Amino acid sequence: MAKSSLDKKFDQIRKREEEKTFSTKKRSRIVNKFLNNRLAVLGLIIFTIIILASIFAPLLSPYDPMRVDLRSMRQPPSFDHWFGTDSTGRDVFTRVLFGGRVSIFIGLGSAILSAVVGIAVGCYAGYKGGWIDVIALRISEIFMSFPQIILVLLLVSITGQSLFNLMAIFILTGWGGMYRLARARMLSLREEEYVQALRSFGLSTFTICYKHMLPNALSPIMVNITLSTAMFILTEAGLSFLGLGVPLNIPTWGNILNVAQDILILQNYWWMWGPVGIVISVFVLCVNFIGDGLRDSTDPSQQG
Amino acid sequence: MKKEILKLRGVKVHFPVQAGVFNRVVGHVLAVDGVDLDIFRGEVLGLAGESGCGKTTLGKAILRLVEPTDGEVKYISQDDDETELTSLEKKDMDPFRKKLQIVFQDPHSSLNPSFTIFGSLQDPLKKFGIKSKEERRKIIGDLLEAVNMRREYMDRYPHEFSGGQRQRIGIVRALCLEPELIVCDEAVSALDVSIQAQVLKLLMQLKKEKNLTYLFITHDLSVTEYLCDRIAVMYLGRIVELCVSEDLYNNTLHPYSEALISAIPVADLDKQTKRIVLEGDVPSPVNPPKGCPFHPRCPKATDICKTEVPTLKKYSTNGNEHYASCHLIDLPEIT
Repeated sequence: MAKSSLDKKFDQIRKREEEKTFSTKKRSRIVNKFLNNRLAVLGLIIFTIIILASIFAPLLSPYDPMRVDLRSMRQPPSFDHWFGTDSTGRDVFTRVLFGGRVSIFIGLGSAILSAVVGIAVGCYAGYKGGWIDVIALRISEIFMSFPQIILVLLLVSITGQSLFNLMAIFILTGWGGMYRLARARMLSLREEEYVQALRSFGLSTFTICYKHMLPNALSPIMVNITLSTAMFILTEAGLSFLGLGVPLNIPTWGNILNVAQDILILQNYWWMWGPVGIVISVFVLCVNFIGDGLRDSTDPSQQG
Repeated sequence: MKKEILKLRGVKVHFPVQAGVFNRVVGHVLAVDGVDLDIFRGEVLGLAGESGCGKTTLGKAILRLVEPTDGEVKYISQDDDETELTSLEKKDMDPFRKKLQIVFQDPHSSLNPSFTIFGSLQDPLKKFGIKSKEERRKIIGDLLEAVNMRREYMDRYPHEFSGGQRQRIGIVRALCLEPELIVCDEAVSALDVSIQAQVLKLLMQLKKEKNLTYLFITHDLSVTEYLCDRIAVMYLGRIVELCVSEDLYNNTLHPYSEALISAIPVADLDKQTKRIVLEGDVPSPVNPPKGCPFHPRCPKATDICKTEVPTLKKYSTNGNEHYASCHLIDLPEIT
């Protein structure tokens, strides 16, 4: 009788056990679980490729993203110019690579910084409660009630377009969501008995809420970080498309998309906006996959 | 000679009830409403009562997990030094946190799911001055062995354990700083009966080895019967009866305790017990009834019960001190 696949698997496990390769394999549970999630791994691979390509852009492309070359205007994709050239003869592929640097920096940077602010405030206020919580809650509500676009308009008209203005606005409007998430988790966690036990030892508030409680509150926050990374990249693209985001001379994914405002380009020169649009979508999708994978793998009560 | 370890005097815990737009305080939940209690060194004091009568709150108030609104909790050290705990600053409380510990009810929420056992137990040890990691591992390992678990378990995560095992880990946590008094807050109520017996046996064995004192909070009088030296029965935030445990079962004075005892299931088909069924629910602790708080449900209530609040008076049964608060006891009061 032929061995079933289950038997074969079992034989393999037994063999490995005899060779004692089990004990030498010491990968953390979280990493293992993450690696078992195929979509997340795929996301991570593409995410890494895009980031590496952006970082090593000068090595991958012989062109300067800013150099105007009027002899090769609006050329379709070819072996010289993979994604073609734009209206001033700049290589689109190079611009996508260099644009990725700024866009990813803005997206990830604002998401992580707003998460740091949100978590720091949310954990403490949520755990402590009382008037600290009330004040923090009201402040976050004030920030969240401002429409982003109006804040951007305000700041741009006062200080001019700049990358850091944009990030500052993203953080100001973004930390409220993270804060609420962290606070809500802490509110339910602080009634758990292990927290009471830690309190009965008289441990400091910081140790209790940042060391012992935060890891249990982290999984929804992790997902939110990835989601807001994606959102910030899209918002940056949107604002730059409207000419309100990063100054036009800096290549970002949004600024490259900006040319699609011209109906002529939109209709006739698809390579100027098509590839970059796809890159944005793929990147955002990958980040979301990673977020999902992280959530599943960091949840300690899920086994596997 | 019995020596006290804790003296509670008029301990009250009131929670404000807020309502309306501006969170106006419209009343107070009188969770614990004036409890006087002495806990002696080396005894097991049971604290019984139905849900919502303030047992757990009282236990937490002792450890200041809930701040008492009023009253005194005095800790008496082995050298007879008295310290009033409720008025201490947070950081002055530390040396006493070491002496008083708690074991919780729910084994599923009492351990941090993100940390290994060692990870979640080591911080208290670190705080109380055990600097080297090897030493911390040794202490926790030894205690795990003391509760009949394997030393290696300290590197596992809580979800890998069963309920009974987790409860024993909870006991390890309470023991790790060598406390003198452990508040067992329904420590076995969430376990099934065979595991209950195992954990109770373990608790008694540890008590002998380490000279512990237990405040054993439970709603299950069948557990306290075998375990406790003395039992206090609580009703609506007050102690209604306090006596040596045999006396509670054989010479019950308070009608509420009588009803509780009649509710203990007896594994004997021939034995006919008279079941006293209490009507209704525990009255709201927001506005307790006038007079004796038990009178609306008491089968023996008379007119005096509706108007006058009975105080805890001292009687004597079988030569033991026996406190009860009821107007209808015909024993002579001892002053």
